[in-house]
Amino acid sequence: MSLAEKYPKEVKQILAKYPPEHKRSAVMPLLYLAQREDGYITKEAMQDIADALEISVTDVGSVVGFYTLYHDKKEGKYRMQVCTDLPCALRGADQFMESLCSNLGIKVGETTADGLVTLEAVTCLAACDRAPMFQIQSGDGLKYYEDMNVDKTMELIEALRKAESNS
Amino acid sequence: MLMTHILLRHRDIPDINKLNVYKSNGGFEAFKKVVTKMKPGEVTDAVKASGLRGRGGAGFPTGVKWSFIDNKIWPHYVVANADESEPGTFKDREIMESNPFQFLEGVAIASYAVGANAAYVYLRGEFWQVAKFLDEKIAEMGEAGVLGENLFGTDYSLHIYTHLGAGAYICGEETAMLESIEGKRGTPRIRPPFPAVYGLYGKPTVVNNVETLTNLPMILANGADWYKNMGTPDSAGVKVFSLSGRVRKPGNYELPFGTTFRQLIYEHGGGVQEGRPVKAIMPAGASSSFIAADEKVLDTQMDYAAVRTLGADLGSASVIVIDDTVSMDWVINKTIHFFKHESCGKCTPCREGTYWMMHLIEDIRDGGHSTDNVDLLLNVAKQMQNKCLCPLGEFSTMAVVTGIERFAQDFTK
Repeated sequence: MSLAEKYPKEVKQILAKYPPEHKRSAVMPLLYLAQREDGYITKEAMQDIADALEISVTDVGSVVGFYTLYHDKKEGKYRMQVCTDLPCALRGADQFMESLCSNLGIKVGETTADGLVTLEAVTCLAACDRAPMFQIQSGDGLKYYEDMNVDKTMELIEALRKAESNS
Repeated sequence: MLMTHILLRHRDIPDINKLNVYKSNGGFEAFKKVVTKMKPGEVTDAVKASGLRGRGGAGFPTGVKWSFIDNKIWPHYVVANADESEPGTFKDREIMESNPFQFLEGVAIASYAVGANAAYVYLRGEFWQVAKFLDEKIAEMGEAGVLGENLFGTDYSLHIYTHLGAGAYICGEETAMLESIEGKRGTPRIRPPFPAVYGLYGKPTVVNNVETLTNLPMILANGADWYKNMGTPDSAGVKVFSLSGRVRKPGNYELPFGTTFRQLIYEHGGGVQEGRPVKAIMPAGASSSFIAADEKVLDTQMDYAAVRTLGADLGSASVIVIDDTVSMDWVINKTIHFFKHESCGKCTPCREGTYWMMHLIEDIRDGGHSTDNVDLLLNVAKQMQNKCLCPLGEFSTMAVVTGIERFAQDFTK
């Protein structure tokens, strides 16, 4: 099913933001839409967007490859993206990340065995005063978690795991 | 210390993010006044007279930037730069989350001044929730009749749209941002032509930072002289300082230009953790040169000109405090990795330079600080300077060069 068939209202709203002769501008919001269900963008979805915007699939692929929040591979359902940049690191982000790794039994970049969480190190998220912090990216969007510690984080992951097994 | 805030007004007025509260505190009156009583050029003149300088980092006079817009080519666009990605900067997010209408009214005033009927707010992709929130606020403004067609009974119309990036620091550079809105990879354009002539969709465009725009309703409501009375002769008005690093109370502090580093770090920030001394200050985030801290530095009044006398730039005033427990080779390892990751790859000096700097700093930290490698790192950084297509490449060298030159002892152990 094409994006326009699946999300007719959203696609219409997105296209209305840009001048009709510049509909290529809609590529980024449409990619987010394509990523909503499974957390990554398939080749078919890229082709679908390319057809809708009358650009080549290479153009769409180059946008997917350039920006870090688009993914073309399936990973954990929740991408836990911990900021380890300078200001956060001055407030203990590296140690926080190390403990998370040992608690989860995975390395940075890896996914938990149940496919729930992929742990990633990312650059500054504009929350330097509330470190340690991370964002969780899922198909459904992004959410910030600030002033965190390892215990709170493990509780959060447990809650996500429970919600998952109930759904 | 300020009695009341001009930008972070939510700290004085609870619920100012609600439309009726914003309105009952004078909201949208400045926009109504400019649309019904002033010519676009008069708005630009008032902003010029206020001395307002761009808050994104460059400090360029805002009214002067507007006056470059090419009136022979139409339509015009305004783009609000809400990409906020400089390590150490977190002010625009607070403004948009807590005082959104003042920011959006600023976008509207700028749009009227340059004759734009459409404005885009470009938010970094991580500000997903902020964008959703702004979309709601924009819709409320439409319902209240302050956005849309024939505003206040005139023939002026304006629509504001949000556009989410997707995780790329480079898109804070204004021409990369325009490419990104156009649906392309966010790589900078060769300039000139500047956006005022050839901007979004090849049309004249003004790009202003969130904090810059948020000043406008207050300047237009209270007058240029009122604004100019605050701050210093070089840098008029107030600034939101993002304070981070090894301080006790990190956070945003809205203060007049001319506030000293000591006041910011000790009076507002509660001093350094564990009472340690300040070793170095990065006043402009990861893009900053290091200032080696001493008594004279701490008593320096922060404005664009004064910070330059210390061999650094104030930039977006994202003040990262480093204490004497931290070694500079560790710090520049962090900044180099950041820029290596964020280099867009379009120009060779930046793409290759950040790559080699990353390998050299890793070797230096792993291999006992050989003098040859430190010299080579400094050499690579200096070779990059003045050769990159956009400021990102230049920024990546600042901490490297000043770290090695001003803190040589940290590279000889």
